[in-house]
Amino acid sequence: MVSEGAVVDHDFEDTGNPIHRVRKTAMWAFLGSEAFFFGAMISTFLLYRNTIGDGPGAEIFNIPFTSASSFVLLMSSLTMVLADNSFQKGDQRQGRVWLIGTALLGTTFLAGQIFEFTEFVHEGLTISTSPFGSSFYMLTGFHGLHVAVGVLLLSMLVFFSLRGRYSPDGGMNVELVALYWHFVDIVWIVIFTVVYLLQI
Amino acid sequence: MATATHAHPTAKTYWLIALFLGIVTAIEVTVPYIDALDPIRAVLLILLGSAKFAVVVAVFMHLRYDLKAYRFYFLIGLAGATVVFAVVLASFRAF
Amino acid sequence: MAVATREQAPAAADRGVWSWITTVDHKRIGIMYAVAAFIFFLVGGFEALLIRTQLAGPNGTVLSAEAYNQIFTMHGLTMVFAVIMPIAAAFQNYFVPLQIGARDVAFPRINAFAFWLFFFSALFLYTSFLFGGAPDGAWVGYAPLSTQLTEYVRMDYYSVGAQLLGVASLAGSINFIATIFTMRAPGMSLMRMPVFVWMTVVTSFLLILSLPVIGVGLWQLLFDRNFGTLFYAAQAQGDPLLWQHLFWIFGHPEVYVLILPAMGIVSEILPVMSRKPLFGYAFVVFSGIAIGFLGFGVWAHHMFTAGLGPVAEAGFGLATMLIAIPTGVKIFNWIGTTWGGRLKLTTPMLFSLGFISMFVIGGLSGVTHSIVPADTQQHDSYYIVAHFHYVLFGGAVLGYMAGAYYWFPKWTGKMLSETIGKWHFWITLIGFNLTFAPQHILGLDGMPRRTYRYDAGLGWDGWNLMSTIGSYLIAVGVLVFIWNIIRSWRNGEPAGNDPWDGRTLEWTTSSPPPVHNFDEVPVVHHVDDFWYRKYGIDEDGRAVKMPEVSGGALTVDTDTGGEDGDADAHDIHMPSPSYFPIIASAGVVILGAGLVFISSGAIGFGLLALGAIVSLWGFMGWAGEPITKEAH
Ligand code: HEM
Ligand SMILES: [Cu+2]
Repeated sequence: MVSEGAVVDHDFEDTGNPIHRVRKTAMWAFLGSEAFFFGAMISTFLLYRNTIGDGPGAEIFNIPFTSASSFVLLMSSLTMVLADNSFQKGDQRQGRVWLIGTALLGTTFLAGQIFEFTEFVHEGLTISTSPFGSSFYMLTGFHGLHVAVGVLLLSMLVFFSLRGRYSPDGGMNVELVALYWHFVDIVWIVIFTVVYLLQI
Repeated sequence: MATATHAHPTAKTYWLIALFLGIVTAIEVTVPYIDALDPIRAVLLILLGSAKFAVVVAVFMHLRYDLKAYRFYFLIGLAGATVVFAVVLASFRAF
Repeated sequence: MAVATREQAPAAADRGVWSWITTVDHKRIGIMYAVAAFIFFLVGGFEALLIRTQLAGPNGTVLSAEAYNQIFTMHGLTMVFAVIMPIAAAFQNYFVPLQIGARDVAFPRINAFAFWLFFFSALFLYTSFLFGGAPDGAWVGYAPLSTQLTEYVRMDYYSVGAQLLGVASLAGSINFIATIFTMRAPGMSLMRMPVFVWMTVVTSFLLILSLPVIGVGLWQLLFDRNFGTLFYAAQAQGDPLLWQHLFWIFGHPEVYVLILPAMGIVSEILPVMSRKPLFGYAFVVFSGIAIGFLGFGVWAHHMFTAGLGPVAEAGFGLATMLIAIPTGVKIFNWIGTTWGGRLKLTTPMLFSLGFISMFVIGGLSGVTHSIVPADTQQHDSYYIVAHFHYVLFGGAVLGYMAGAYYWFPKWTGKMLSETIGKWHFWITLIGFNLTFAPQHILGLDGMPRRTYRYDAGLGWDGWNLMSTIGSYLIAVGVLVFIWNIIRSWRNGEPAGNDPWDGRTLEWTTSSPPPVHNFDEVPVVHHVDDFWYRKYGIDEDGRAVKMPEVSGGALTVDTDTGGEDGDADAHDIHMPSPSYFPIIASAGVVILGAGLVFISSGAIGFGLLALGAIVSLWGFMGWAGEPITKEAH
């Protein structure tokens, strides 16, 4: 920890604008916290993965469909990082295109999730069918909520940028939203492996 | 240090990474359907998933290029959660 | 001493209720935390007196079983979430920026948001008494007790209230992490930070890593109660034991969250009052970090009777014993600090020494719980109640009292009375031991905790009466404290900048400090930098006062007198006040209220809609508002 501190001190002058460093420190700490949040829900799911009662279990998963929506979310990380790249270079026009692309991919993912949930409910899996159902919907639902918040943040960024009120030093900047967005993506990488692929 | 901090990768790197992510996902999806891989399926899937995870964190989230301190803030949560919940699941004999 | 004499004359706009509502100044927010925590301390104390009155003799009739359950649950929730956590936050908010030489915290508006969210959530928890009854399933909220009786909203209040208080604390902790890691004054390397700041780092990490876990548990509880999920439904093979894990993965780190800031305060006071540097600074810091790490690995010692199996029990028992080692290291360092010092037995010092001795007793009974077979006898008996009150009251509360006496002069510019303070200390110490020492015996005699009455003839009557008398004595102590505060606020001795001959940066600025804390950002060369500016070391290693501090020293701010000094002060841009944080937090709490009443249809949805609108208004306004509005 001490050596980390030394690095911090050393870099303080170099990172250009210290305000970015303050915010990124907070964001990374927040993401560390989120790791425990999703960790608790993933563990709950693992605990109940076979506790299906009389209802359906993992056999109802539609792997090809979920793979497609996983791919969509993965690619939204690409557009996000490209948006960040454009904004860093000061090209807000190009950056906005990537931001909108990211938001659309995120929305597509959400639409897919809604479709998936409806399908599962038709096949008899609800939150009160079994602990398996409860924990599946809670985990994927909270993830979806994170995606939705991300889409909202992306839209706000586009809005501020269009109105000429975007400033990289402002409370909301592309770099921070990008960190959040990528995090939501890596959580899905884990969910895709643990909840879907490992259970079939 | 200053240089390291700002040496963010170029757009081209990002596209290549995305390609990598897409390919790994394709492999992941086929693994469960190949019966020959059944004995090592779980290990293989976990490794592939971890590779995707690591690449996104390191490159897209710039953790490789940014301050070392950020690694600490994030990894303490990641490693902590992994260990703590592994113990919880072990105590339920859930593995 | 230009700084000392400069009058604090806030402009009219800086006064009045509105200025407090919209403030983003870490010092004012700290004071609001302190006031709120103290009010809840009185409320929680009143509940404690009700409990003790009920238990004063066999077959008490003051409270019904139903009322008793609500009162002891609210007592626990209040003391943990609305008293000790916020009083720690009060000291941290006020003094962390001052001690690291910063002008404010990293996110002043998030800071205000966190305070208001805490305050409204705690008030909201208390509205339960009016609407449907207060939580009655203990602060640990064990399932399946907590998931039953869904026709009452009581445990919905628990689930939502604790969740909101957790979010407030999470926001505050992230703020501290960002502040401490990025906003230290030049030269203030990590190993030069005051121990109190270090302990803030550790508690902040404990909080951000543990709160999400109970957060998940609380959601599951709420969903089980209202939406028919089956997380803890044993009849559907849900496992109530999961709740215990999620609760205690939070719960054990939480007890260190409550105690570590108090340890930090004591580590500040002892060197000052012993006129010696802290013995083994690095050991104190690293043992604090070690406690934090180990604190995450011992949660299941609260579950020794839940049937985890011998391997888990042995492992967690050993880990629990291990944690006593860094704790012991700290205690020896504190004793080492006082050893051979020229002690000033002031009130803060007395409370600090009280802290150490009472905490040792509580720690020792803790070690007896770590022995699994012994703990199966102790578990859920009054022996446990004795243990955690020795660490929480004898430890944490005495520690924060020490902090209050130590830092009150900085807050108000007035000293608290030493004479009344000593009365306060001795009454509290005697009352405390009278209350809780007998509970060890009661517990070992088999008296279960959370029991609303007991029969005569079990041999418990005398000890219980003694305990009740002690609790009233504590109440007298609190009254003495209140009297001291009022009296000293009105006409206490003026404190000056540095009443205790302090060692850390907060004593270099005026009491109370100006809005921007320091006219010039200090430059730091040592641990206890301020002290080294006042003292040199002679050949025998003894401290000698420097002739007269001058030029460049921290005590004298050379710039304030002249014209450019004034210009300087104007050039410091402090964040502008904002009313969006309070609106956003109110919105979030209304959303929470909606969740509590979600099963009652229209009311629930109405509240949710209202909450959504209000919080959206708050957050959107916040996002669109610049941090510093153009002042001129
Ligand atoms: C040497 C350090 C400590 C050890 C070894 C220790 C050990 C334990 C153990 C094993 C229990 C569970 C007993 C049971 O329920 O059967 C316990 C309960 C408890 N401890 Fe500690 N403890 C220590 C320090 C602390 C500190 C510093 C605090 C708070 C500031 C604390 C607060 C509590 C509380 C609140 C409970 C009871 C929780 C409940 O059931 O409501 N302990 N302790
Ligand atoms: Cu514990």
